[in-house]
Amino acid sequence: MDIKISNLTKKYGAQRAVDNISFIVKTGEVLGFLGPNGAGKTTTMKAITTYLSPTSAEITVGSFSIDEQAEEIRKCIGYLPENNPLYQDMPVIDYLKFVAKLHGIRKSEVKDRILEMVDLCGLEGEKHKKIIELSKGYKQRVGLAQALIHNPEVLILDEPTAGLDPNQIIEIRKLIKKIGKEKTVILSSHILAEVEATCDRILIINKGKIVADGTSEELKKHAGGAEVIKVKIEDGDVNDIFTALQSIDSVEVVDIFNKNKNTFEIQSKKEHSSKRKVFNLCVEKGWVLTELSPLETKLEDIFRELTLN
Amino acid sequence: MRNVITIANRELSSFFNSLMAYIMLILFLGFSGFFTWLYGSDIFFVKQASLTAFFGIAYWTLFFFIPALTMRLLAEENRSGTIELLLTKPVSNWQVVLGKFTSTLVLIFIALALTIPYYITVSYLGNIDHGAVWSGYLGLLLISAVYISIGIFASSFSTNQIVGYLLALFIGIFFQIIFSLIASGSHGFIGELFNYLSMSVHFESISRGVIDSKDLIYFLSLIFLGLIGTEAVMEKKK
Repeated sequence: MDIKISNLTKKYGAQRAVDNISFIVKTGEVLGFLGPNGAGKTTTMKAITTYLSPTSAEITVGSFSIDEQAEEIRKCIGYLPENNPLYQDMPVIDYLKFVAKLHGIRKSEVKDRILEMVDLCGLEGEKHKKIIELSKGYKQRVGLAQALIHNPEVLILDEPTAGLDPNQIIEIRKLIKKIGKEKTVILSSHILAEVEATCDRILIINKGKIVADGTSEELKKHAGGAEVIKVKIEDGDVNDIFTALQSIDSVEVVDIFNKNKNTFEIQSKKEHSSKRKVFNLCVEKGWVLTELSPLETKLEDIFRELTLN
Repeated sequence: MRNVITIANRELSSFFNSLMAYIMLILFLGFSGFFTWLYGSDIFFVKQASLTAFFGIAYWTLFFFIPALTMRLLAEENRSGTIELLLTKPVSNWQVVLGKFTSTLVLIFIALALTIPYYITVSYLGNIDHGAVWSGYLGLLLISAVYISIGIFASSFSTNQIVGYLLALFIGIFFQIIFSLIASGSHGFIGELFNYLSMSVHFESISRGVIDSKDLIYFLSLIFLGLIGTEAVMEKKK
């Protein structure tokens, strides 16, 4: 099921939490939602799940519109809200049964679905405990289990790995990737590595506006452009090397990485490469080049560049 | 309808799991039993085989106890954020409101059913007016439903249960006693109006065994108003 959002705006008083954003998510796509706190990620997700009514928007999930067929949409969405609210006083099994019933799963199938979810989310040992007794990671799994129990076409996860330990994070990422092959998934996260690892497409949102949209490679290509290399040159005076490097015509900036180890970071001018020139310089001066490695533009840098202003 | 039952079931089991239900039942039976049989203008003092004393006591105990049951119904969901879970499932606001209303009404029904032994005992003591007893119970159920509906409405505003309790008492006290005080102090149209708005007037006539459509309309429209108000508050929060 495709999700189509056009001109979504949500105002709280005079403040625009989300300002006229539009995007489409296709079936089989995992979309990562990135942005600093208060950028409008959660608001957008709440609007898709019909929990919030936007100030103005046209949102369709499959062929259903949020204005007229809200209930149809809710049937096909699995949603894990931010902070993972749960009925703390209920045992895990009872809670899942409650959610299954609300989704109208047939009585004969309820038990199977619950067992499948318990298995999938690794809740076997905890299923008879009350939710309040569970650790944060297990609560998060219960949150995922309730979102998946009706086998939804669309999955919306607001910070799904918050509070999980590294092993669990990897498991959940695998799970999301697996689910994402057939379904439409939107997830938000602060952890850039996570978005890079799980998502086919990344949407960076800042102050209610989309500032970047594309695969992580595309984003890097856009933001980067200039070549950045890390070199280590030995057998020479640091200051001499520094000035010599700076005098290469294709070099834009030279940074001393670590004074003792003679490591430099060299950023070339756009669409120029300085690798060969650095090598030739070393040969000419009799310095030894012990390390030369390209530095990739990291998603962190792109994120900071786009959202810090 | 199925969703209403599912939600009502969850609420009921939550009442019983949190001991709230047991505390409420014990306190209600304790209070009403004490004043019906042992103290004040009790049954032996009145020297009539009637449950009027019990109905009078229950009228006040329910007034104070029901807000304690309803105060958490929506305030707690608002506070913990579980309302978001509920409303992003294929469930309408109305189903949530009706589910919660039903669960509390069932609990009150259980509480009232547990006082049936009073009725049986009194009917052994003398000639009891069976019709008046049943319509009295109907009256208690109806005022309970009104206070539940007001209580849910009060609970929907806030994330704080105490606010829910106090607000429900504040709204309730007007119907419970203030309107009838105003009515007794004024004449003509104003007096008539407040007389009609007063719960005690309607409850007295129904507990005497007179089931008038005028009273039924009064109770049902108050219940409906409370529920519709709750739905409106929920919708406004979106």
